[in-house]
Amino acid sequence: MFNRREFLKASASGVVLGASGPASAPLWAADSLLGPASLPSGALDSSWLDALPGKQPLIKKTFRPPNYETPLPYLDQAFTQNDAFFVRYHLAGIPQVDAASWKLSVGGEAADKPFTLTLEQLKRDYEPVEIAALCICSGNRRGLSEPHVPGVQWGYGAMGNAKWKGARLKDVLARAGVKKEAVEVVFDGADGPVLEKTPDFVKSIPLWKAQEENTILAYAMNGEPLPHWNGFPVRAVVPGWTATYWMKHLTSIQVVNQPFKGFWMASAYRIPKGKFPIVDRFLSQETEINTPITEMVVSSLITNLQDGAVLPAGKPAVVRGVAWDGGYGIADVQVSIDGGQNWRPAELGPQLGRYAWRQWSYAVGSPQPGSYTVMAKATNRVGASQTFELVFNPAGYHNNVVQRLSIKVA
Amino acid sequence: MRRLLCALLLAGGPALADEAQIQLKDGPGAPLVEAYCVMCHSLDYIPMNSVFLDRKGWEASVNKMVKVMGAPIPSQDIPAIVDYLALQYGKP
Repeated sequence: MFNRREFLKASASGVVLGASGPASAPLWAADSLLGPASLPSGALDSSWLDALPGKQPLIKKTFRPPNYETPLPYLDQAFTQNDAFFVRYHLAGIPQVDAASWKLSVGGEAADKPFTLTLEQLKRDYEPVEIAALCICSGNRRGLSEPHVPGVQWGYGAMGNAKWKGARLKDVLARAGVKKEAVEVVFDGADGPVLEKTPDFVKSIPLWKAQEENTILAYAMNGEPLPHWNGFPVRAVVPGWTATYWMKHLTSIQVVNQPFKGFWMASAYRIPKGKFPIVDRFLSQETEINTPITEMVVSSLITNLQDGAVLPAGKPAVVRGVAWDGGYGIADVQVSIDGGQNWRPAELGPQLGRYAWRQWSYAVGSPQPGSYTVMAKATNRVGASQTFELVFNPAGYHNNVVQRLSIKVA
Repeated sequence: MRRLLCALLLAGGPALADEAQIQLKDGPGAPLVEAYCVMCHSLDYIPMNSVFLDRKGWEASVNKMVKVMGAPIPSQDIPAIVDYLALQYGKP
């Protein structure tokens, strides 16, 4: 469990992470705990640490609706603790959910027998399964886009790794009876817009993805009920796909025989076809030029160092972090400390699960005084690697550029 | 306006008290921005998206708010809002 007092002390003095932990390197740095220095200046000015009820102080991007990202030290652990997990909402009508009266409607034109579940029934009537999976916002690192693009200016922290426990969606769908002509499953949650005219946040996934054994209706996260801000009492968990599909405060599952045409599917969350490596296709939603964002792109994050860190000379140093992809598995993480001239493989940590991130570490030995450019590049088992140059798209999705951290040893 | 703020207080929960910390820059058009934009979201969305949008970029954002998100901004007020955003939060 991360030590809150140490963390707040560290953040107040602008401390960055050194090799031996957050409280031991009292020097100013280019990046800060509020995020990378290359975020838009206004984004850095308007971000500060703020604690939502029940949460640790997180990096407030916007108050209403709340968009808060996780400071880097919390990502330096195998699982992201619930009270530091990032928070993202599209719309400001945040529900106050009463577990006893919450209902999940299952039905739709392509379901034989619609029915309703209480939380108790969902827990009791369906075999619970637990799956470790990374939850990552489609727009994570959007703030690092060059040129900058409008939207929530996330740094590194719109992501978190957790153990999710719940019922398999396929088991719930089986009870409803899925008709032959079904194409998609539509999720809606209890949150909603302030104005009637604003499109409600409603998403759909292909039927085949809904019926995969790892797609679950989660009511527990890291062994506890879901935090309110992360979707209490139930959220969808669509492993390997970006978090836009992981509908929070889930209240409705509809099986449909036509592609769902709501704004947040038809217009938002689209990526240009052919620009990103995709195995999983969302055929019912593809157009000639674009497709909904689906599986995560391979990426990595250095979690114990920030740009501008100063490490003590003559002491063994470690670069460590996490790596992830859409579920094909991390093949390797290559690390460079000389700006990409030489690469050495990092040691990979234990497998936490197919859809979880994988920790890695690289021992540097005792580096000589000087300046180092530290980079980490992950490759997955289907041969996709991180990119050295941004694959630009105006919505700022899928930012997986190899990091370049300037580190001094003195 | 006061009725709207009361409704927001009921719907918005604790966030509104924190939002008082957000101070937008002074300038012509500021009152329009502070009245309309706050209907749906806190004002920090504006400084967060600065300073990299030019006038066209801010115009596109405001038009998206009206056309896509349904913001009830009278068309005659839009130029002053775009002018404010471009001048105070736009690319120099």
